[in-house]
Amino acid sequence: MNRLSKMSAWFRTESAAPNGFVPAGAPQDFGSHLLREGEIDTSHKVILYLEGVNVSFDGFKALNNLTLYINDGELRCIIGPNGAGKTTMMDVITGKTRPDSGQVYLGQTMDLTQMSEHEIASAGIGRKFQKPTVFPEHTVFENLELAMHTDKRVWPSLIARLSLQQRDRIDEVLNTIMLGEHRTQRAARLSHGQKQWLEIGMLLMQDPRILLVDEPIAGMTHQETERTAELLSSLAGERSVVVVEHDMEFVRSIARTVTVLHEGSVLAEGSMDEVQNNPRVIEVYLGE
Amino acid sequence: MTRQPLILHLIRDDRGGQIFIGLLVATLLLVSISNLLMPADSVWHLSTYAVTLLGKYLCYALLAIALDLVWGYCGILSLGHGAFFALGGYVMGMYLMRQIGERGVYGNANLPDFMVFLNWKELPWYWFGFEHAWFAALMIVVVPGMLAFVFGWLAFRSRVTGVYLSIITQALTYALMLAFFRNEMGFGGNNGLTDFKDIIGFSLQSDSTRIGLFVASGVALLLGYLVARYIVTSKFGRVIIAIRDAESRARFVGYKVESYKLWLFVVSAGLAGIAGALYVPQVGIINPSEFQPLNSIELAIWVAVGGRGTLYGAVAGALVVNFSKTFFTGFIPEAWLYGLGAIFIIVTLFMPKGLVGLIKQRVVPVKAAGAA
Repeated sequence: MNRLSKMSAWFRTESAAPNGFVPAGAPQDFGSHLLREGEIDTSHKVILYLEGVNVSFDGFKALNNLTLYINDGELRCIIGPNGAGKTTMMDVITGKTRPDSGQVYLGQTMDLTQMSEHEIASAGIGRKFQKPTVFPEHTVFENLELAMHTDKRVWPSLIARLSLQQRDRIDEVLNTIMLGEHRTQRAARLSHGQKQWLEIGMLLMQDPRILLVDEPIAGMTHQETERTAELLSSLAGERSVVVVEHDMEFVRSIARTVTVLHEGSVLAEGSMDEVQNNPRVIEVYLGE
Repeated sequence: MTRQPLILHLIRDDRGGQIFIGLLVATLLLVSISNLLMPADSVWHLSTYAVTLLGKYLCYALLAIALDLVWGYCGILSLGHGAFFALGGYVMGMYLMRQIGERGVYGNANLPDFMVFLNWKELPWYWFGFEHAWFAALMIVVVPGMLAFVFGWLAFRSRVTGVYLSIITQALTYALMLAFFRNEMGFGGNNGLTDFKDIIGFSLQSDSTRIGLFVASGVALLLGYLVARYIVTSKFGRVIIAIRDAESRARFVGYKVESYKLWLFVVSAGLAGIAGALYVPQVGIINPSEFQPLNSIELAIWVAVGGRGTLYGAVAGALVVNFSKTFFTGFIPEAWLYGLGAIFIIVTLFMPKGLVGLIKQRVVPVKAAGAA
């Protein structure tokens, strides 16, 4: 299974170069774009497809025939009451949970249901968890180093040394997430909001095409929240950003398209105003 | 950036490691001098018995480093690491058996005594090659490494972790013990392999060979420490700590966790094999009791007592526990197991970072104040 997806990644790379010339072991430009892992084919504008996805746990239908498309470069907010299936959806996309049925594709070619977590991560999907999870015993700097987009196999890690460009990249992200002074501090000692930022920084280091962000502003001050909104908005365009959030004010401040999940499937989709005026959404949120 | 020789680079920020290496080198020199150059009636003379005992401890220390590498740094509590140690020991035992040649009781140049006794007519295929030192030396790491690879591949791929992994490693060593007890296995059954005569041409009875083995154990311990230190200070080392602390995060960042665990486990098994191989010629016997689960559990206690995740802590733990064991079993043998249990409880309750953590607590605040 792994080998197959790797091979198909090769084929795609070859077809991407019409002359068929792909120098073996050509120096890869880490940090800017994927080469060997294969380009994501977004020729149909859509970067992420979920079609008829079903997941059930012990009879409980967490996802019920969920169909959802994310366009390349889009910023999408996903809202919904507790148990609507938002986190399960992220688990399915990142390979943590396998769907019972349905299709999940990255671009036209990559079947995510056949890939493992680390393959999906290197293919270009980054995830921020609901509860901030960083590597507590490592320093802030090391956390970013570990997340950095580079060859993450065993042997390269054993002989890896940070290049100047890589150090610069880490410094750049440290500035973006405003943790420059804390670079040598253990991540466990950061405040909750800082951990959130560090995790966002790790996402940036991964240089993903799609960022899945689960409740990014929990535990943040008003100022931090504003900066997060700015950051996420600035990322969209070049990357696709999918945000799951409860805070409606925050969603309103960043959202262009909002998808409402309910009982494992899409209830409504549209601009914030459309969605808020949708009678079915009102019913679900305000109760019968 | 200044370039330093690798070895200095490895222990630059490793105060405990520097002390450990200094003490180790000093011990190797002093013990050799005291045993070989001092007259036997001098107070400065160290008996060959004591040298052998120290050599044994050095092997245990290397084994403790092997366990600390997987447990302290990657959270894999293997309770079957004694199996890799014993396998390395058996490989060495097979080599030493083949060196006996026709000096055995039955005078058979081709077959070890126990095979003659069992009426075997020829050497089993898996004994081929063990008369060559180079082949045996290779097998000392290959055999434990292969077992670790197969076992680890199955276990880590199925994402067996925590206490479940500990239990199956325990089962592994128990199963091997039962297997090696059987005469049909061709490893001497209950009695194991013993009556060794010489190793690469040197008589095992002579003092100089004993010193040679002792020094070899010390050098192996030193090299093992440096290899382990290289691993944990590399990016690979940071990845395994990340796996220990937040395994699923490591996956989502893009690391293939199974591979990291697997290779770490294999390297660790190889180190344990080397420790076992150096142990056997010094104690003069290897038998299936080396596989008993209790040994592996004791090993985990050494590491816990010394302090996990520092490498030199594991060395300290192995030495302290074994010295106390030798002392107390000579003194009140019945009480030893209770004593060991008590040490373990005290360490778990009051010193979660082991002896090393206790010392650090005393020393580091002073140093930190000085540095600031």
